[in-house]
Amino acid sequence: MQLSDSPIVGRRGSPWTGLKTVLAKETADHLSSLRMGILEALVFLAALYAAILTTSQIRETIGESPFLFLRLFTMTTDWLPLSLIAILGFLIPVVAIALAFDSINGEFNRRTLSRVLAQPIYRDALLLGKFLGALLSLSIALLSLWLLVIGVGLLRLGLPPSTEEMVRMLGFLVATIAYGGVWLALALLFSVLFRAPATAVLAALGTWLTLSLFWSIIAPIFASLIAGPPEGVLGPRLAYLNTEQIIDRLSPNTLYAETALALLQPATRALGPVLLSQLEGAVLGAPLPVTQSFVLIWPQLTGLIAATILIYAIAYVLFQRQEIRA
Amino acid sequence: MAGDVVIEARALTKRYGANLAVDHVDFEVAAGEIVGILGPNGSGKTTTILMLLGLTEPTSGQAIVAGFDPLRDPLEVKRRVGYLPDQIGFYENMSARDNLAYTGRLAGLTRREIDERFDAALDRVGLGHVGHSRVTTYSQGMRQRLGLAEILMKRPSVAVLDEPTTALDPHSTQEFLDMIRGLKADGTAVLLSSHHLDQVQSVCDRVALFNRGKLALSGTVTELASQVLGGGHVIDVEAQGDSVAERIAAIPGVVRVQPLGGDRYRVDSERDSRAEIARRLADRGELTGIYYARPSLNEVYASYFSEVRDAVE
Repeated sequence: MQLSDSPIVGRRGSPWTGLKTVLAKETADHLSSLRMGILEALVFLAALYAAILTTSQIRETIGESPFLFLRLFTMTTDWLPLSLIAILGFLIPVVAIALAFDSINGEFNRRTLSRVLAQPIYRDALLLGKFLGALLSLSIALLSLWLLVIGVGLLRLGLPPSTEEMVRMLGFLVATIAYGGVWLALALLFSVLFRAPATAVLAALGTWLTLSLFWSIIAPIFASLIAGPPEGVLGPRLAYLNTEQIIDRLSPNTLYAETALALLQPATRALGPVLLSQLEGAVLGAPLPVTQSFVLIWPQLTGLIAATILIYAIAYVLFQRQEIRA
Repeated sequence: MAGDVVIEARALTKRYGANLAVDHVDFEVAAGEIVGILGPNGSGKTTTILMLLGLTEPTSGQAIVAGFDPLRDPLEVKRRVGYLPDQIGFYENMSARDNLAYTGRLAGLTRREIDERFDAALDRVGLGHVGHSRVTTYSQGMRQRLGLAEILMKRPSVAVLDEPTTALDPHSTQEFLDMIRGLKADGTAVLLSSHHLDQVQSVCDRVALFNRGKLALSGTVTELASQVLGGGHVIDVEAQGDSVAERIAAIPGVVRVQPLGGDRYRVDSERDSRAEIARRLADRGELTGIYYARPSLNEVYASYFSEVRDAVE
């Protein structure tokens, strides 16, 4: 090839060259790492504890609900006030952050980035491989957990789950993975933004604490600033409630909690303010068909996936603009 | 240059905002040639290397590396170029073999090719006995060797080595320089960036001197000495008597005569003037010794930057 004055028409070669290799390495690294082992043990212990306690409670109330297996995920007891979905909602972000907070800055600090990118591979493949590797590891852990809970349920209840329960639990598993994906993408973004892993993990944990613990305090404040006071002359104001809900749903925790609620408690008919006119003709307490429950959670589920893609896209743009000198 | 040109850069320029990191750099490197890239920190060496590797995009200008444009075909360029960055890093929890297998797979090597090339590459850099140990047990020198083994496994047309001997002891440095000569013997073009001028001089066919983003000088050490010191040949003379320096200075081609103390003089000449010096001094029985000294890259470098500094001041 000769030097020429012809204009550059873009780079050649697939951006996904090497993706499989990066994905395989990252997944193997995660699954064999001590960090993942500790986190998995933590999640499994919590889940097992919750499952055993709640099944003992369920056994005493068999016959009260046709969705016993779903109650494994939602039930609370006097000894354990947190349900399994509450535990997962709290722990999954920690696991996801732990998996991804040093994805890119770790490569910089180990001085492996320039060596890897000097191979025939684009940054696209490296970043996506790292994200998918972490997501796959998280998915494997969650699938194992899901099977474990169902296994414990089978043993303790002596009944198989119904088809509808299986579909709802599968939907819940997909939503849980999507929820983990948001936090993975966020941790990946911070690993691109901050060169020091300690800063990245602190930023990610700070965001997690804000969105999981303080958001329910922050959302009403913002809502009253935007839509006025919560109470009107005739009672709660719909404008305020809607605004608060929109702000509340900016948190992935809210989206995940609503998704879990609608899927695992089939009697849930709406995920927001309900007017009396909407309840006309409804049989209160009657379960919603599974398809209707999926229609109900569709915005939440797509919201989680969209948030993952958006945060990943920001990380991608920032990573593409970085100078590789390590 | 003897072989085919494998690196060709024309008006290669890189700008970071208002800072011009690399300013219209032109140079060529032939297959089997070792070219040293020198210059102070921040002179544009690493940025030029990164542009040639396709790791950063030039603001303007063009390069062809191993037949491909790094901007348009970075994957093809990277397939043909081996890169050893300074302070190379490896995945500590993985063995040397796993580290090289990973980059080998990224480079498109099959499992069989990796198996075949791994032992040979490690034996060649003297790490055959520790190939299955974790990299965390390696010294910095062993890591540098492992980096070179990675390049050997790739069998590239071009090897880019950035400060490869910084962390090595003198013995390991000599071995490493021999390995670099081995790459040349394989027909690989080598770009060697280093601040160790004696090492560059001992191993490089040509030298490119960067200053403030520009390629200030380029050529063999003799050519550079001719440009900077005023003579490409350095001759050390031992002679007794009066006006020795003046008589040597009067010889055509002699650029400078420096008294070194005692009866010793250093002569910079445009050509090998030993015969003429010997004839002029031996006639009066004053010459006691005459030695041809290769021009030192250290002197060229120091003299060039001293002149640049003086010019700026």
